[in-house]
Amino acid sequence: MDPIGQFQLHTVGSFVGASVNFTQANLMMLLAAALILAMLYFGARPRAIVPGRLQALAELSYNFILGMCTDQIGEEGRKFFPLVFALFFFILFGNLIGVWPYAFTFTSHIATTLALAAMVMVLSTVVALRLHGWKFFTYFVPAGVPKLILPLLVPIEVLSYVSRLVSLSVRLFANMMAGHVMLEVFGAFIVMLGAAGVMFWAPAALSFATTVALIGFEILVGTLQAYVFAVLTCIYLHDAVHLH
Amino acid sequence: MSGGEDGGGSFEDRLRAARRRQGLDTRPSEQSGGPDGSGPSALSIGLRVGLELVSALAVAVAIGWWLDKWLHTSPVLLALFVLLGGAAGMLNVWRLMGLGRQPPGDKRN
Repeated sequence: MDPIGQFQLHTVGSFVGASVNFTQANLMMLLAAALILAMLYFGARPRAIVPGRLQALAELSYNFILGMCTDQIGEEGRKFFPLVFALFFFILFGNLIGVWPYAFTFTSHIATTLALAAMVMVLSTVVALRLHGWKFFTYFVPAGVPKLILPLLVPIEVLSYVSRLVSLSVRLFANMMAGHVMLEVFGAFIVMLGAAGVMFWAPAALSFATTVALIGFEILVGTLQAYVFAVLTCIYLHDAVHLH
Repeated sequence: MSGGEDGGGSFEDRLRAARRRQGLDTRPSEQSGGPDGSGPSALSIGLRVGLELVSALAVAVAIGWWLDKWLHTSPVLLALFVLLGGAAGMLNVWRLMGLGRQPPGDKRN
């Protein structure tokens, strides 16, 4: 039983994939992107006044993210709609594809989530610097504090700002990895207990039921974490745009 | 369409009333549990608080360790940054709980 082995990357696509280090994670990323594009393309194509199911899905997802942007960031949030939309659906599809048997969850790698979080942090810092210039650095100076303790408070504020990068990436990565380790452990229990003899079939059935429940739970967690990532992106962009 | 119960009012009014009945119009906030509208569970709050504490500390330890290696001041800066990181973690939790940095009149979230 090796619950961590599932996260090991290996190249796919025979020698062509091996020569450019094209792993199953990359394949799943391309699949997620293709599924999102297909959902939007086939959803938008009918242009019906009364939308069908797929068109309703596409329109609802558009409105959902647009509402999130304008609620959290304000009217300026419309500028960031493409980013938040792409982030939310990339992570959502990544998480949900991962629940599929034999698929791979690319969001269970810290490299992927750290890259996404770094993109958000760099972008929000650059946006803040462009909008506010040097005034951006007043963000780290809390208002109404005596000058004497500022040398202590400013490093704390800066550390708190930088730690967003870690918490944003680790939250998604840890949730997805923990869920899949649990799935693997309980999946292995079924096989091991089932092979151990008739008297162990009842606990084997119990762990089978747990696995079924875990898959449902994983769908919930995957959706929730994509939502949390998108909302936190919006909140960080709000801070960048408004500086309070 | 039955159209019986609340015949009056425009479509928008009836839609708003229906959304209110279903509880769909609550605004998502930073603290909410998610799109399903249910509040966050105790476990999820605990995990989030722990993550905020640890992530600030991890960043601080990394910076302190790296600065020490660079400036050859071995344990001094690491010790200093552990303290600062702990404080930053507390600050993160303070913010997460919606207590910090809200000037009166700023209606953020």
